Amino acid sequence: MSHFDHGQIPSEYTAYIGRKAVFLGGLTLLTGVLLVMAVSLGAVRIPAWDVVQAFFGQGEDPRFAVIIRNIRLPHALAGLFAGAGLAAAGAAMQSILRNPLGSPFTLGISQAGAFGAAFSVMLLGTGTMQSSQVGAVSIINPYLTTLSAFAACMATSLIIIAIARIRGASPEVMVLSGVALGSLFSAGTMFLQYFADDVQLAAMVFWTFGDVGRAGWPEVWFMAVVVTAAVLFFVFNRWNYNAIDAGDETAKALGVRVELVRLAGMVVASLVTAVIVSFLGIIGFVGLVCPHIVRRIIGDDHRFLLPASTLTGACLLLTADIAARLMFAPRVLPVAILTAFFGAPTFLYLLIRRRGR
Amino acid sequence: MILNVRDIRIGYNGRLVLQGLDFAVDRGQVLAILGPNGVGKTTLLRCINAMLKPRTGAVLVEYADVFRMHAGEIAKRLGYVAQRNEAGRMTAFDAVLLGRKPHMRWKISEADLRKVDAALKQLGLDHLALRHIDAMSGGELQKVCIARALVQEPSVLLLDEPTSSLDLKNQLEILRTIRHVVHEHKLAAVMTMHDLNMAFRFSDAFVFIKDGRIFCCGQNTELTPDMVQEVYGVPVDILRHQGQAVVVPQMAGC
Repeated sequence: MSHFDHGQIPSEYTAYIGRKAVFLGGLTLLTGVLLVMAVSLGAVRIPAWDVVQAFFGQGEDPRFAVIIRNIRLPHALAGLFAGAGLAAAGAAMQSILRNPLGSPFTLGISQAGAFGAAFSVMLLGTGTMQSSQVGAVSIINPYLTTLSAFAACMATSLIIIAIARIRGASPEVMVLSGVALGSLFSAGTMFLQYFADDVQLAAMVFWTFGDVGRAGWPEVWFMAVVVTAAVLFFVFNRWNYNAIDAGDETAKALGVRVELVRLAGMVVASLVTAVIVSFLGIIGFVGLVCPHIVRRIIGDDHRFLLPASTLTGACLLLTADIAARLMFAPRVLPVAILTAFFGAPTFLYLLIRRRGR
Repeated sequence: MILNVRDIRIGYNGRLVLQGLDFAVDRGQVLAILGPNGVGKTTLLRCINAMLKPRTGAVLVEYADVFRMHAGEIAKRLGYVAQRNEAGRMTAFDAVLLGRKPHMRWKISEADLRKVDAALKQLGLDHLALRHIDAMSGGELQKVCIARALVQEPSVLLLDEPTSSLDLKNQLEILRTIRHVVHEHKLAAVMTMHDLNMAFRFSDAFVFIKDGRIFCCGQNTELTPDMVQEVYGVPVDILRHQGQAVVVPQMAGC
């Protein structure tokens, strides 16, 4: 049937979509600028032009090249991909769970990661103290700790998926299961902390401070692949999420297999979050609030919300990373401490400002 | 007949809600599904749309069984306007564009955008195209949802209480539009209703459901007071006003 062929494309709509495209273009540019700044700024200042040249493999100064290649660039890229992955997962989770408080951590993943790390520190003996370092504490065997944290993250996801399979993938079931599992893993962590000695306790707490400094090139590559795949997956589902936002019944009537979309989205969001958390520790706020910042500016349409959240997450974490290096130089703060310092005031401002244009 | 519903039986938790329903709707016809609360009107609509699978029976749209179609194909043949609709921060244009989802590939085509524009004009919403739907009134939002169902280009439109929670003017506007669109485009519409007078005024035929079965059905001219009394347990008179049947509950029954 074809009844509505006589319409025209309104020029105002084309202009409206054009404005959103410009916003996305601006964010992409900002991300690029922040990436260069994140590599350029720090205890040793590298001129921006050298950074750009180094990106294209044409670095002149070998001293800079080493700093860029071995320290700054992997850290900056870790921040970029972690921020992007967490924010994209957050935007998707808010739609999947039909809940504005949805975030990559709603399903108890951060608590599970902390438990996994604590378990590894205590029972696998991977935590120790290092007096010479600024951080004071370090993990002897980061791979084992990472693996343990990842296993715990995936365990919570798999339990929730199993529950969703049995009881139907409704948002209520998922959110409440996540709350219950999060509490369970917190209790587990407290149990381990109670019996831990000073060194172990310090290592456990230290692990939870999300820090891009833990990432080397292998971790960055791994995160890049997982985050890129996840973002593409979410973007591929953009109209499905728009349909779910209109109500489950409407979505079903539009041919969306709501339960499947929900379950698949949750699996991908959990996976990307588990990878980031187990490599870098817990970085809160980005996944919860970045999508809301973007919603306030360009609305709930996932065609734009998903890419814009991804870029905003990357920008926020790069900004926090730069500040973490400059604020108490030569001390470098874990980036997770600063994300909320930058994001919260922005968000509160947008919240107070009258909605709409 | 564009829609055939045959011997639908459906139950929850061991209780049979609908116990064998048969009816058919022709092109250009609006059918009102009437009956007391909880009788299974919404269940019936969900079943026609294959959101619920019945224990037995078939739903044929243009002689094809919906229970053998995949979700995307059903969405091209049946448009559904739910009773409750969520409104996010999206423009009316984008909210209606969502209705093109069953026809979309990776990219939106110009034809999609043109159809959205035409549907908005049909419902008199073109001046609100860029208004966010979370800032719209109930009547406007309902029209957006109907426009969304229309750009699916379905053969059959299913509407679950399209006028509940709307004021008198909006009720009239919405129902007039539905009837106009159905007649103009030769679709079929099935709508559940509580307001008998609105139902008889804007539909061509009715089905009364009672105790999980069709109690009676027919053209609107065939309505008698006994039918209403049997279904709702309320004695009524049927008056004629400007050629319209008007159902008035008797004072003694109040």
